[in-house]
Amino acid sequence: MSAAVEAPAQELEALRERLAASPLAGRARVEDRDLPTFEVGPADWPALARFLRDDPGCRFDLFLDLAGVDNLKRPGSRTRFEAVAHLHSLSRNQHARVRVSLPDAEKPSLPSVEEVWPAANWYEREAYDLFGIEFPGHPNLHRLLCHDAFVGHALRKDYAPGQRWFYEESDLRVPDWARQTDERAGHFETQTLSIGPSHPATHGIIHLLARLDGEKIIRAETIIGYLHRCFEKMAETHHWSQVIPYADRLNYVSAMVNGVGYVRTVEKMLDLEVPPRGQLVRTILSEFTRIVDHAVCIGANLVDIGALTAFVYLYQPRENFYSLMEACCGARLTVSYVRVGGLAIDVPEDFVPRCRGLLDSIPTFLDDVQKLVNNNRIVRDRLQGTGVVTKEQAVAWGLTGPMLRASGVPYDVRRARPYDFYDRFDWDVPIATDGDNFSRYLVRMEEIRQSLKIIRQALDIFPENGPVNSDDWRVVLPPKDAVYHDMESLIYHFKLVMEGIRVPAGERYEWIEGVNGELGFYAVSDGRGGPYRLKVRPPCFPNMAAFEKIVLGGTVSDMIATLGTLNVIAGELDR
Amino acid sequence: MGKRSTGRLPAFDPRATGGGGGSDFLTTRLETMVAWARKNSLWPFPFATACCGIEFMSVAAAHYDISRFGSEVIRFSPRQADLLIVAGTVTDKMAPILRRIYDEMPEPKWVISMGVCASSGGFYRAYHVTQGIDEIVPVDVYVPGCPPTPEELIHAVIQLQQKIASGEKSRDSRSRRRAAEQPG
Repeated sequence: MSAAVEAPAQELEALRERLAASPLAGRARVEDRDLPTFEVGPADWPALARFLRDDPGCRFDLFLDLAGVDNLKRPGSRTRFEAVAHLHSLSRNQHARVRVSLPDAEKPSLPSVEEVWPAANWYEREAYDLFGIEFPGHPNLHRLLCHDAFVGHALRKDYAPGQRWFYEESDLRVPDWARQTDERAGHFETQTLSIGPSHPATHGIIHLLARLDGEKIIRAETIIGYLHRCFEKMAETHHWSQVIPYADRLNYVSAMVNGVGYVRTVEKMLDLEVPPRGQLVRTILSEFTRIVDHAVCIGANLVDIGALTAFVYLYQPRENFYSLMEACCGARLTVSYVRVGGLAIDVPEDFVPRCRGLLDSIPTFLDDVQKLVNNNRIVRDRLQGTGVVTKEQAVAWGLTGPMLRASGVPYDVRRARPYDFYDRFDWDVPIATDGDNFSRYLVRMEEIRQSLKIIRQALDIFPENGPVNSDDWRVVLPPKDAVYHDMESLIYHFKLVMEGIRVPAGERYEWIEGVNGELGFYAVSDGRGGPYRLKVRPPCFPNMAAFEKIVLGGTVSDMIATLGTLNVIAGELDR
Repeated sequence: MGKRSTGRLPAFDPRATGGGGGSDFLTTRLETMVAWARKNSLWPFPFATACCGIEFMSVAAAHYDISRFGSEVIRFSPRQADLLIVAGTVTDKMAPILRRIYDEMPEPKWVISMGVCASSGGFYRAYHVTQGIDEIVPVDVYVPGCPPTPEELIHAVIQLQQKIASGEKSRDSRSRRRAAEQPG
């Protein structure tokens, strides 16, 4: 039930043997951590990257994440800067980590692996922006999240969290190609169109520069960071439990899932088990959240292509779910309902009947929408065959979630590495093979139905009574009654509130199936009450990075339809 | 027979103005009449950046239905809007764009700051977040909450309607000065 699939010894041994047989023997090593962890110097990183991607015993084809770490305040034998990459092998269903120590503390530098994994492009720009790590060989190494008048690198430990810089619109870095006006391609004079950041069809705030030949997009670049609200820096300046509201606001459309993903990471570091009732509440509400997130995605996408009715239909179950959420914890959208070790409070008495009521009502709305949409000529014309992502592209660009599944790769974390109770439920991973916008719509629609199926089974085994929280008072706040009447509980309460949860020093990468794909948290603890470093692997980040490649060759109207099916949530994208 | 103006517009009663019985006209002050029209037809421009934007969608959708308060004509062009609802965190990268959109809106115009991020930066006391949009645009109504519930936003619209009805002007000295410098 507990899904800690630790790296089995023989798999680690196999990796070790492959590495020893390769030309990299002696220059890289693999260690046994929560994941098999490769350690390598910066010079050998591209060679190791190729080995990890191509070796038949490795086949780490999905580049998940790259996190910089600044060890300035973590004394020890480490170099000041480290780059930590996380990879996944689709064929072997295994995660791995690569740690590259950067010896030069003044000018940290690491060769780019953009050629090996195109997905690394934006991650490297992010590390350059926030840590000042140079990536020689990178095609477009500019700031990604912070504005262009920013001075310094915000996630370095010697950067003050509140230090802001004055920025004007004219400071925006516009790529050279976008400034040229006289080039001709084909029949028409080309022009550059700036779409966003305040545009009705850019969900959240996204800025796209597109070079148009007539109406065809021949070159595009996405500018993001308009909602970079410093999640990772804020996490470093707060306690572990104080991070929960911040985590909820990453993907604010599915706040519950984010919260669960984050606290699971901390719970794994503490080796803490949540009682079944607590786990099931998390599962049920997460799946409902998945449903409303997909509903918003589909609804907003349909609005963009002119179908307002479906949006209004899809909004009603969402409102009904918010009422349930409000009954559970008092909040509708950004719920902050989970806690490390369980939940903030128990669910209301009528939780199960209310859930069943929702289960009965939602399919009606889905049927209505599918009747309106599935064979609608306009919808088909706008969505079918547009925004196509092939299977190979999806993997190379590091896509996960519905995007990857709509391109025919059945990777779903709930199935690949079941957590909580997911291995006990009977459900399917829907996939589509065309990889176009319509496939993504179909996959999301079917995922809603599968989520309903999961919730129904979870309700069947939902225990009527029992705790939702762990009873480890070093982590979970003792009941208020005990705090008032019992000295020991009062002390625990005081320590937890004032000092935070003591998480043992170490690192951990934990991942769950977020609504848009793999949602991972890489946490580093130095034993204090708060994270030393917390890196989130936001599922829609690679989706957005791929956007400027997906829209090439299409028209502006296709671009609008494609942006809707990517389901980009700015809070999660920019953090 | 007309009624004497009391400064407040009499309640609108279609039976009193149309065909059957009663009077055929009413009198009032022009400003009151204009304010009445303005307050009941606010056209919002949703400057939706983050979580609050999602709650704004709830306010606009069928369940809460902001059209009950005359504000359902949501415009995505600042030229067509007179109410700027800033829903969500504004970062330093976004701030100049917010100012530009405000400047592009025709007078008279009003601003609702929805949620604590827009009002004060909220709990993002951080290197890339504007600590309240009143650093760059004047604000008429602040709505607390993270995000505010739909009821709170509707309450803010009602508050703003009262402000408009009272005749209080919302003017930004900076934009007036700018307009004076660049006539036309």
